[in-house]
Amino acid sequence: MKKIHIVMLIGIAVVISGLISLMGDLSTYETLASARQKAGKSVTVIAKLDRSAPIIYNPAKNANFTSFYVVDSLGNRAKVEYHFEKPFDMEKSERIVLKGQMKGDVFEITRKDGILIKCPSKYKDDPKAAKNNLG
Amino acid sequence: MKYLGEHLFPGQLGHFLVLLSFVSSLVAGIAYFRSAQSNDPSAQLSWKKLGRVAFSIDVISVLTTFFIIYYLISNHRFEYFYAWNHSDKTLNTGYLLASIWEGQEGSFLLWTIWHGVLGLVLIRTAGKWEAPLLTVISVVQVCLATMLIGIYIFDVKIGSNPFILTRIFYQDMQEFPANYMSMAGMQDGNGLNQTLQNYWMVIHPPVLFLGFASTLIPFSFAVAGLWKKDYGGWIKAAFPWTLFSAAILGLGIMMGAMWAYESLTFGGFWAWDPVENASLVPWLIIVAGIHTQLIYNSTGHSLRPTYFFFLAGFVLILYSTYLTRSGDLADTSVHAFTNLGLNWQLRIFFLLFLILGLTLYISRYRKIPNIIKEENSYSREFWMFIGSLILFLSAGFIIIFTSLPIVNKIFNTNYAVGSEPEFFYNRIQIFVIIVLGVLTALTQYLRYRNTVKKTFGKKIILPTILAIVIAALISYYGEIDYNKFGPGYLAAIHLALFAAVYSVVGNTGYIWTGLKGKLKAAGASVGHVGFGLFLIGILIASSKQEILSVNMLNPLNFGPDSQNKGTENLTLFQGIRTDMGKYWATYKLDSIDSHEKIRYFQIEMEKKTTGEKFMLHPNIIKNTKGDKNYSRNPDTKHYWNRDIYTYVNYAETMEQDEDTAQFRSHAVMPGDTIFYSNGYILLEKVVPNPVTDRYKFGAGDTAIMAQLKIVSSDGRTESANPLFYVRNNEVRRELDTVFSQGLAIGLANVVDNKHIGIIVKESTSMTPFIALKIIQFPFINLVWLGTVLMILGLSMSIVRRTKMLRTQKA
Repeated sequence: MKKIHIVMLIGIAVVISGLISLMGDLSTYETLASARQKAGKSVTVIAKLDRSAPIIYNPAKNANFTSFYVVDSLGNRAKVEYHFEKPFDMEKSERIVLKGQMKGDVFEITRKDGILIKCPSKYKDDPKAAKNNLG
Repeated sequence: MKYLGEHLFPGQLGHFLVLLSFVSSLVAGIAYFRSAQSNDPSAQLSWKKLGRVAFSIDVISVLTTFFIIYYLISNHRFEYFYAWNHSDKTLNTGYLLASIWEGQEGSFLLWTIWHGVLGLVLIRTAGKWEAPLLTVISVVQVCLATMLIGIYIFDVKIGSNPFILTRIFYQDMQEFPANYMSMAGMQDGNGLNQTLQNYWMVIHPPVLFLGFASTLIPFSFAVAGLWKKDYGGWIKAAFPWTLFSAAILGLGIMMGAMWAYESLTFGGFWAWDPVENASLVPWLIIVAGIHTQLIYNSTGHSLRPTYFFFLAGFVLILYSTYLTRSGDLADTSVHAFTNLGLNWQLRIFFLLFLILGLTLYISRYRKIPNIIKEENSYSREFWMFIGSLILFLSAGFIIIFTSLPIVNKIFNTNYAVGSEPEFFYNRIQIFVIIVLGVLTALTQYLRYRNTVKKTFGKKIILPTILAIVIAALISYYGEIDYNKFGPGYLAAIHLALFAAVYSVVGNTGYIWTGLKGKLKAAGASVGHVGFGLFLIGILIASSKQEILSVNMLNPLNFGPDSQNKGTENLTLFQGIRTDMGKYWATYKLDSIDSHEKIRYFQIEMEKKTTGEKFMLHPNIIKNTKGDKNYSRNPDTKHYWNRDIYTYVNYAETMEQDEDTAQFRSHAVMPGDTIFYSNGYILLEKVVPNPVTDRYKFGAGDTAIMAQLKIVSSDGRTESANPLFYVRNNEVRRELDTVFSQGLAIGLANVVDNKHIGIIVKESTSMTPFIALKIIQFPFINLVWLGTVLMILGLSMSIVRRTKMLRTQKA
């Protein structure tokens, strides 16, 4: 066996062990209900903003706290606490990808990039949103 | 129905040209294929001539198509959906161009234009390789043309026509009367996405797409080599092209990083977003390919991997095209395009070239020359190959986890990268940095085939000691104590820092000891010095990045995993000097631009230790596309050794739309009073043509100012001086505000020769305030400097290799 083959084998071994260890750190997409069961574990949830409740953000008091409610595809509802400023176009969001963990009844997000807002008008417009502008 | 005010000719011409480009690239592909397959020299030549003509027509068509789109956008022909949807009347020339590539159609066009340009260069320079190379390029051009043809075959949409009319696009949703062009919504376009209104967005996409296009040339050479069974014959001719590809693609990626740093607010230049990863991976592969190409050129080893890398480079570009444009990444990326309904087309495009590449590679694999004798461990080629392997593995890691949404789709799983996406990638790549840093430092000192151990040891000892000393000094005095992910990761950072310093020192030294100062041949060394500096910049700027706007007033505790988190925004009230750790910060003023789209905030920063003062001007931009909100646009103060980066997260003025308070108007004459909830307002007098500090009036202006006294119930008095004036036959008003009373007062009109109209609004919010974040990035300039040196090194090598080719031919 050539040296290069040995190196390649070692490389592959390192990669596989790396992959396995990283796979263990992958989070999974959950619903709010299953996130509740995995309380304290970091999970990813795709949900919609519950527009019936207000988004609470009062920067004059605390510029680092936003809370709101979301509803997931199964209709479960939960309060979300995000320890950062309110994402800008949140009100218009189509859906929200949340990365955080369930603590009691509250979904806590402690990283700034723990919220990904998907807007109809992000890069390429949804024709309906654009049409509203056409009048 | 006959519609009024439409200009239909440019669109018809444009669509015709799109179809022409499809047909002509198809003809070019067939003709070049016949030429490449033919054994008869006269047939070869005549097919080649036909190919050239057809390919030139293709290039002219796509260029003209581009100019027509630019014409439609710059002349605000909003009857065309593309112009209406991607631009508006306020954009300047640069942003009008950016409007073209905001849409998928325009960016496909940009890409196809670059293929055309590169193809024309190859027609002039490629000699015997012209026919097979241009066959491959023409086939790609056919595929790209289908993205734009926009026709339906049995209800299946093929491509998206950029010349579709607004009324056609919306025909199912709305009736358009004959005079629809005079409707309110047609008077201005939807606008360019505000975050793309940055000068980097004018230059980054053309460069990036040139980079994308350039990867096709090594791919075509590899295909040509396998197809014509001239396995190693193209290696030398391809050098300038592979180097060019690495240089331009790298430059394009880093320009995008610069844009993200200056225009987005994730606070940095790289976030391991799938869109970023998807373009980085082909770059890593191309760079790996250049190294194996060099090995083959000097020793005859590593031809098989060279084929693999160059074939994979372009296929990965197609894969990234599919990833970023299909909408399949919507849940993982902040800036992927959304679905344009071309998914199956993008998949076929990718799969076609994947299968073509794989089939050729596998079927010819055994025939590709290969040296059985193994490389010496003291040879340059052995360690260069290890380097390429590491680059390949690094790329593999990145692409696997970037593809999770696709994996989920295929295998019906639900994996996602967890809540520490940066660390997730960084902790693998930090070891890549360590190995690559050391390899780039040492390998040049080795000779091809074999090196005398003694001389190698002698040459390497000085740079090694120097690097250890410098790295130790940086580690010790640099106070790099990023312990968020534990001591193991911190140790890795210090080790990586050493590797990066080693790379810089080793390669700088090699220019003298190895090349005796011959700069012409120093392309590789310069490039590697750049790579090392780039790594140092990344390591320091990221690990020592510091939030300056930490809220010192009421530190909050969010548990053990986020001690200081969430306190990154500081609230500043206008005019109030606020403690910000090492600085005092004062929110002085805000101002608005002439289109009323951008609101600038003036923040005065004062360093506590030195008293040095400087201004920051972060701003918020009103969103386009019918969105009433604002986007944040950061501002950065650059020093040679650090950047101070800030953006406004929240401004009380942004809520203006939600301010439900109404202006109430009062017709009053001097001496009259107007009551408000907390006191009264006295109109003292009306001053014609006033002289004020705030507004200067010229001879052509007519102005009046109301002088008002505001007396509140607690006995305090304040004054307000709203203005009403006529300039260039336009009536304008300047409101005045009394923050302590939450009053906005305006002079609305002149009622008669005694009375004027005063409008008053009472708001609940009193003092304007903003919440902002300020981050310090030390030594981030090394990232940009390193990038420039990498490009410079690659360019030097391009020049050298091109000259070598010329002398060879002569």
